[in-house]
Amino acid sequence: MSFETAYSGIGRLDRLSYRDTVVHRLDPRAKVVATLLFVVVVVSFPKYEVLSLLPFFLFPVLIGALGDIPAGFIARKVVAVSPFAVFVGIFNPLFDPSTVAIAPGVSVSAGWVSFASILVKFALTISAALLLIATTSFPGICRGLRRLGFPALFVSQLLFLYRYLFVLMEEAMRVVRARDMRSFGTRGTGVRVFVRIVGTLFLRTVERAERIYGAMLARGFRGEVPSMRREALRSSDAFFVLAAGGFFALCRFVPVPQMIGRLVRGLAG
Amino acid sequence: MHMADALLSPAVGGTFWAGTIGTIGYASKKLKEHPDDRKIPLMGVLGAFIFASQMINFTIPGTGSSGHLGGGMILAVLLGPHAAFLVMASVLTVQALFFADGGLLALGCNIWNLGFYPCFVAWPLIYKPLAGGGRSPQRILLASMASGIVGLQMGAFSVVLQTLLSGKTALPFTTFLLMMQPIHLAIGVVEGFVTAGVINYVRAARPEILDSSDSSAPLAAGISLRNVLIGIVALAIVTGGALSWFASAHPDGLEWSIAKVTGKGELPEQEHGIPAALKSVQEKTAFLPGYGFKPQANEPKAKEEAPSWPNVDAGTSVSGLIGGVLVLAMALGIGWLIRAFRRRSAP
Repeated sequence: MSFETAYSGIGRLDRLSYRDTVVHRLDPRAKVVATLLFVVVVVSFPKYEVLSLLPFFLFPVLIGALGDIPAGFIARKVVAVSPFAVFVGIFNPLFDPSTVAIAPGVSVSAGWVSFASILVKFALTISAALLLIATTSFPGICRGLRRLGFPALFVSQLLFLYRYLFVLMEEAMRVVRARDMRSFGTRGTGVRVFVRIVGTLFLRTVERAERIYGAMLARGFRGEVPSMRREALRSSDAFFVLAAGGFFALCRFVPVPQMIGRLVRGLAG
Repeated sequence: MHMADALLSPAVGGTFWAGTIGTIGYASKKLKEHPDDRKIPLMGVLGAFIFASQMINFTIPGTGSSGHLGGGMILAVLLGPHAAFLVMASVLTVQALFFADGGLLALGCNIWNLGFYPCFVAWPLIYKPLAGGGRSPQRILLASMASGIVGLQMGAFSVVLQTLLSGKTALPFTTFLLMMQPIHLAIGVVEGFVTAGVINYVRAARPEILDSSDSSAPLAAGISLRNVLIGIVALAIVTGGALSWFASAHPDGLEWSIAKVTGKGELPEQEHGIPAALKSVQEKTAFLPGYGFKPQANEPKAKEEAPSWPNVDAGTSVSGLIGGVLVLAMALGIGWLIRAFRRRSAP
C-alpha cells in the first residue's frame, strides 16, 4: 500500500464517520457491542459451513445502506487486506481432498468448501469492522471503550495516537517525498538512509511531545483527558443491540437458507 | 503476520482477548504506580510515530524487496515494557479499525503476538542483559538483533498455534511452521538491524532520552544471568502449562489438525529431510506427547471427524443452495432499496 493511499483511506473513513444518519446517531457502545457479537457468532460456525453464513450479510448490508457508506469503498478495502486469510485458506483444497456432494451430480473436494467458508467469514468480519469505524467517530469509540471499563490511560493513549496520526503521517510523507526526489532507482532508499530518516523523525516527535506537554500543562492537564459529554443509553440503542442479537441468534441456531429453499420448492412444486 | 478473524475460533480468540485485556490493565496499573504525566503525550505521539514510520519503506540489501519497521522492540527500548505494550496495543487497534488488519476478534491475538513477546519477553530477558548499560553501539546491535529475532519468532509461532488450535485450516502443523518461521527469521534480522540503527542514532544525538527511559523502567536495576535463566525456565513452564490447558480445553481443533497431518499421504515425505528432523526434535522435547504424530493412533479419529454438513442428503442440500442464494439476494436487495429510496428522498 503506498503512503498516499493509506493516508487518504484513513482520511476518508474519518470523514464518513462524521455523517449524520440513523446508524451514526446510535451510541458507540451499542455499535461496538453489536459488532463484537456479530464477529463472535460468525466465527463460531464450524469449518464446513457456508450456506448458513449467508443470512449474516444482512447486517453489514443494512449498516452500510442505512449509514450511507459507499459499498465499493468498503469492498475494495476488504479485498486489499485479504492476502493472509487467502494464503492460509488456499491450502485447504490441497490438504483436504475428500469429495462431498453439494448438489445431485455435483461434487467438490471438502477443502474447497472450507476455503469458501473462510472467505465468507473473512468478508463478513472485516466489513463489519470497517463499517463500525465508518459509522462511528474514533473519539466516539474511545469514549465508548472508556464507559465499557477500559483503563483511562489506554483510552487517552488511543486519543493521542489518533490526534497526532495525521500530523506525523503528513510529516513522514514530506520526508519520503524529499527522499524520493533525491534518489534514482533504488539508490538512497537503503537501510542507512532509512535509519537516519526514522531517527530524525523520532527526535522531532519527542520534541513535539515536549511542546504538547507544555501546552497541556498550561491548560490544566492532570493525567486524564476529560470529556464534557454525558451520554446515556437511549431506548433506540437498546433496541438496536437486542434486535441485532436476536437476529444473530436466529441465524446461528436455525438453518434459515434451508428453510427458505424448502418453502420455495414447496411453492413451486 | 496479522492474524485474521476468519481463521479463528471463538474460544481461541476469546482466550487471547482475555490475556490481552489483562495485560493492558496490568500495564496501565504499573504505569500509574510511577505517575509521570510527561509520558502520556510522549506515548501517544510515539504511537503515531510508529504508524508513520511503518509507511516509510526501504530496500533490503541484496534482495531488492522492501521492508518496514515493526516497532515493538524499539518502543520497549525507548519507553520501557509497560508503556511500550500500551503503545503497541493502541497502534494495532487503530490498524485493525482503519486498515482492517486482521479484524476485531483477532485484535486480541495480534496485540498479544506483536506486543507481549517483544515487550515482556524479548526486552527484559534478551535485550536488557545483552545491551548492558547500553553504552556501546556494538552491544546495542547484538541485543537488538537477538531480541528482534526472538520476539518475531515467538510471534510467528503464536500465529501458527492460534491458527491450528482454531481448526479452520487443513494446513499441517509442520508445513505451516516451516513456512512461517524462516520468513520471520529474515524479517527479524532486518528489524533488529533497523532497531539498532535508530537507537544508536538517538543515542548519538540526544543520549538523555534513552537514559530517562532506562531509569523509569522497573527492570533496569541490573539483571544477573541467574535471574535470566530462572525467567526462561519459568516461561517454559508457564507456556507448557498453558499449552496443555489449551489442548484439553479445545481438543477437537488440535486433534483435528494433527489427524489431518497424519491421515493424508504426507507421511512418507516426512520420514526424511527437515520435517523428519523437526519431528524427531519434537519427539525428543515431548511437545504435546499425548497427541503423538503417529499415523495409526489417529486414523480412526480422522474418520470420526468427517465433515458434518456435506453428509446431508441431496434433497436437503438443494434446498440449502436455493435458500442460500435467495437469502443473499434478499440481503443485497434490501440494501439496494434503502439506497435507492435515500437517493430519491434526498433533495
